[in-house]
Amino acid sequence: MSSVRVLVGTRKGAFILTSDGKRQKWDVSGPHFAGWEIYHMKGSPVDPNRIFASQTSGWFGQVIQRSDDGGKNWHQPGTAMEMPPPGEMPKPGSNKFVYDAAAAPLTTHQWYDGTQHPWEFKRVWHLEPSLKDPDTVYAGIEDAAIFKTTDGGNSWKEIPGLRGHGTGPKWQPGAGGMCLHTIILDPKDPNRIYIAISAAGAFRTDDGGKSWKPINRGLRSQYIPNPTAEIGHCVHHVAMHPQRPGVLFMQKHWDVMRSDDAGDNWREVSGNLPTDFGFVIDVHANEPETIYVVPIKSDSEHYPPDGKLRVYRSRTGGNEWEALTKGLPQKDCYVNVLRDAMAVDQLDDCGIYFGTTGGQVYASPDAGETWNAIVHDLPAVLSVEVQTLS
Amino acid sequence: MIRVIIPPHLRTLAKVDGEVTLQIEGRVTQRSVLDALEAKYPMLMGTIRDHDTGKRRAFLRFFACEEDLTHELPDAPLPDAVASGKEPFVVLGAIAGGL
Repeated sequence: MSSVRVLVGTRKGAFILTSDGKRQKWDVSGPHFAGWEIYHMKGSPVDPNRIFASQTSGWFGQVIQRSDDGGKNWHQPGTAMEMPPPGEMPKPGSNKFVYDAAAAPLTTHQWYDGTQHPWEFKRVWHLEPSLKDPDTVYAGIEDAAIFKTTDGGNSWKEIPGLRGHGTGPKWQPGAGGMCLHTIILDPKDPNRIYIAISAAGAFRTDDGGKSWKPINRGLRSQYIPNPTAEIGHCVHHVAMHPQRPGVLFMQKHWDVMRSDDAGDNWREVSGNLPTDFGFVIDVHANEPETIYVVPIKSDSEHYPPDGKLRVYRSRTGGNEWEALTKGLPQKDCYVNVLRDAMAVDQLDDCGIYFGTTGGQVYASPDAGETWNAIVHDLPAVLSVEVQTLS
Repeated sequence: MIRVIIPPHLRTLAKVDGEVTLQIEGRVTQRSVLDALEAKYPMLMGTIRDHDTGKRRAFLRFFACEEDLTHELPDAPLPDAVASGKEPFVVLGAIAGGL
């Protein structure tokens, strides 16, 4: 029988929630890495027991953790406990993220006040394991860049073409920092990768990362001097259905958007949403036209409108939305749902999951019709991923 | 034998409880202590000193013998009490409440 494993990153550690295919009873494991911020965890599609985690701290910097047994045991790749041979220093590199300044000189980016600011590594926001190779993982970085490991996380190298695009001085941080938070691998074309940066916009490579192009035509953002500029849009998240890799859905700062041509052109599909501000967006595992968002009141009030936590579902690929509320708090709810904190499983009755800044992780085993809180009182949830296990 | 106290989060990473002890040949300095610490516990590389620059991370401080040694030169000798193991070399996080 199938089962699911929900990987939850929080402000104070990681939690792993497991259930059988009914998704009614849950086992909770954690906190792992107690006290540390876990920005993201994700398992390899090739080897689901291999899970990577981004562990960060303002004091101690970036750490990458890896489990090879489904999250029971963890280690920092390349940092074996044993001493190196006499006379040799250990050379762990799993937490070494150094920009490739030789290939793409470290420039400056735009600061909040419009002045230029040095590019500095802060943390890893997102880990995207390869669809083919369990040792290959992409990492989305703040300050924005994309890195790659091909040795299971022992060492990381920047893919410099993105930062070297030439538009870096126009990129600027959002409230959470200048982060590359979304990485989408095209399952049909190994050379095509989509990424998104807050606040620069979305980019696409069609040659495995050598060159990148902005894909922001059709976006309109009132908070930049030219609302339709090629660069500067605060994209919050992008989602794709793997069977239709050319169709993308985007939750921008404001506006829910759709592209049917791999991001070359976007059109707004906010429709009848009560507000089109929000962070998460995801696609039903078995219905490529069914998408989910969680509307948030505004960019200055990061909580649901009217104190009602509502997931909105469109079965028409946007424009026509219905509120899903059964089992969700419908009064006095003032939590947020951050950009990487929604995921779907692959079961026939597609499960939808999301975590809140109030520490709840909600699950729906029936595509959003009904919801239950798997846990109520975790630290603020930063990310949610789901593995469907057979 | 040099005694070193590291913050709880780093003890978790290094999988140690309490103080760490190190054997150092030659001069006992911030640099030689941290080099020995990272050699024995490679998972700490990059967490106290930046991987790229080798400089102390901004929110960490170094104390010993009731003195703040944070801004001493990395190759300056540490107090005799640290070199003899009478007093520990303390790495700690700057006080901040955080989120």
